[in-house]
Amino acid sequence: MSIVPVNSDNPAAHALAVRHRFRWWEALPWLLALAFYFAFPRYLGFGTELLITILFAISLDLALGYAGIVTLGHAAFFGAGAYTVGMLAKQEIWTEPISGLVIAAAVAGAVGFASGLVLLRTTGLTLLMLTLCTMGLLEETANMAADVTGGFDGLDSLPIKPVFGIFEFNPLYPNTQYLYVLGVLLVSFVFVRMLVYSPFGHSLTGIRENTLRMHAVGAPVRMRLIVCYSISAAIAGIAGALWAQANAYVNLSVLGLDRAATVLIVLVLGGYGRLYGGIIGAIAYMVLSHFLSKAYPTAWQLGLGLLLMAIALFARGGILGMVDDLTRRFKERKAPGSGLP
Amino acid sequence: MTALLETRALSKSFGALRATRDVTFALEEGARHALIGPNGAGKTTFINLLTGVLAPSAGEVLFKGQDITQVEQAERVKLGIARTFQINRLFRGLSVLENVYMAIAERVGAAPNMVTPAGSRHDVIDEAMELLTRLKLADIAHKTIPELPYGRQRLVELAITLGLKPQVLLLDEPAAGVPSAESHIILDAIDALPKGIGVLIIDHDMDLVFRFAKKITVLVRGAVFAEGTPKQIGANPEVRAVYLGQAAHG
Repeated sequence: MSIVPVNSDNPAAHALAVRHRFRWWEALPWLLALAFYFAFPRYLGFGTELLITILFAISLDLALGYAGIVTLGHAAFFGAGAYTVGMLAKQEIWTEPISGLVIAAAVAGAVGFASGLVLLRTTGLTLLMLTLCTMGLLEETANMAADVTGGFDGLDSLPIKPVFGIFEFNPLYPNTQYLYVLGVLLVSFVFVRMLVYSPFGHSLTGIRENTLRMHAVGAPVRMRLIVCYSISAAIAGIAGALWAQANAYVNLSVLGLDRAATVLIVLVLGGYGRLYGGIIGAIAYMVLSHFLSKAYPTAWQLGLGLLLMAIALFARGGILGMVDDLTRRFKERKAPGSGLP
Repeated sequence: MTALLETRALSKSFGALRATRDVTFALEEGARHALIGPNGAGKTTFINLLTGVLAPSAGEVLFKGQDITQVEQAERVKLGIARTFQINRLFRGLSVLENVYMAIAERVGAAPNMVTPAGSRHDVIDEAMELLTRLKLADIAHKTIPELPYGRQRLVELAITLGLKPQVLLLDEPAAGVPSAESHIILDAIDALPKGIGVLIIDHDMDLVFRFAKKITVLVRGAVFAEGTPKQIGANPEVRAVYLGQAAHG
């Protein structure tokens, strides 16, 4: 770890040398998540769903926010992970949860790698449509192969073994699920955080900012994108596997456009390419839709739609982008003149 | 003596358009060579062929005598062939330092690392700051690209490429679009380039070309039209005719 940053007299060098360090407020989301466990024992099902959505959004952020891979089919990998766990458990081939996550990650990562080899030759709208097609193909496969996937009805009453052989999953009191998912989320988050602050992560932002220039500095652009896409797919697969384990069922909804679009909305709402955008976005989205649907059961999606329009028009960086703007303005007011060339 | 970078009967056609015709060309070690020609002469196509962005229809490209015609763009960069772009291609959302870091990290092989933080590669940061200091960009290293005047952006364009420590440097209109009040920064930077590297500059700006070049190649309609010292080229009536917009010979 860096102790004395070199060139610390230069603000740019200093900022780069210390930007990966943990800051005090980064502990807050985890403390809040723990506090939620004790404060709202009756909402732990909702909490578990929220944590899974966060993990899914973070996986998308890696591909879309950092590497700039435009995708509308990320639920393909969520579904691949969920069905892997579901089918293995239903056939009683593999019911241990933690190793189940590893298998799901490997399967989803492999699907990401194989599709990435083909898809990532394209960009923009073509890529968007092809990701959508990939997801559609997987969804239809799951629908047709009813013998193993349960078809339209899916697979329910999955026999998942207790975590560490001790903590049982109870569908009525999802205490175990909540803490289990929180633990997996923490590990995954630390991994993604390490990745985005690494030179590899830096080169991904380079590809996002200017692909042609990355070629010209000698970067193997397509291989980097494929690796990033596979890792992102594996993490999405873990999120899907958690969903299957926590609910003890899988159905076609894990592979649908609805889920893929929702996670995209979550990320845009929170702010993409910012690591914490997935967390903030998921909280905002889930809490809003929870309360809006209670207040206006018939027209609650209108409220979300209006909010999204406002974000798209006035705050392209999402909620975190707005926070950034505000803090920058505040700092400039505190230290006038420092912004001049 | 083998040339640093060489082409033999290099041709490129886009359908019926022959953008490069039978170009045989050599860039020597330590050369200060200029490639000039009217609009549409195929100068940028030629650069794209040298860097591997385009594959030639015929002919070969050699680096230190080795045939690199089939070598991919990224591999050619690793060999030491680097270019700047006529229109800035920068990482606009990142700071100047982070822009240069990108190139150096690729060159020293730091970029594939997923585990240690980018900020702990002090060697890369130090080298980037040194380069920025040399180009008088150190005091604005923390700014993002849109915050800089255009002349400085052109300099960052050059800085990224110099971060690759090229042996062959291809400069595509380095001072294009820079207001004359700022263009001296670019010219000073070009004057201060390491002596050993071979530099090929592509430009319309005759002041820049004659100040910089020891040798000039004139490209017209994709083919080599004339080649010689600045004095010879300046005195060549046919070249003057081309630049006056009159029909070339034949």
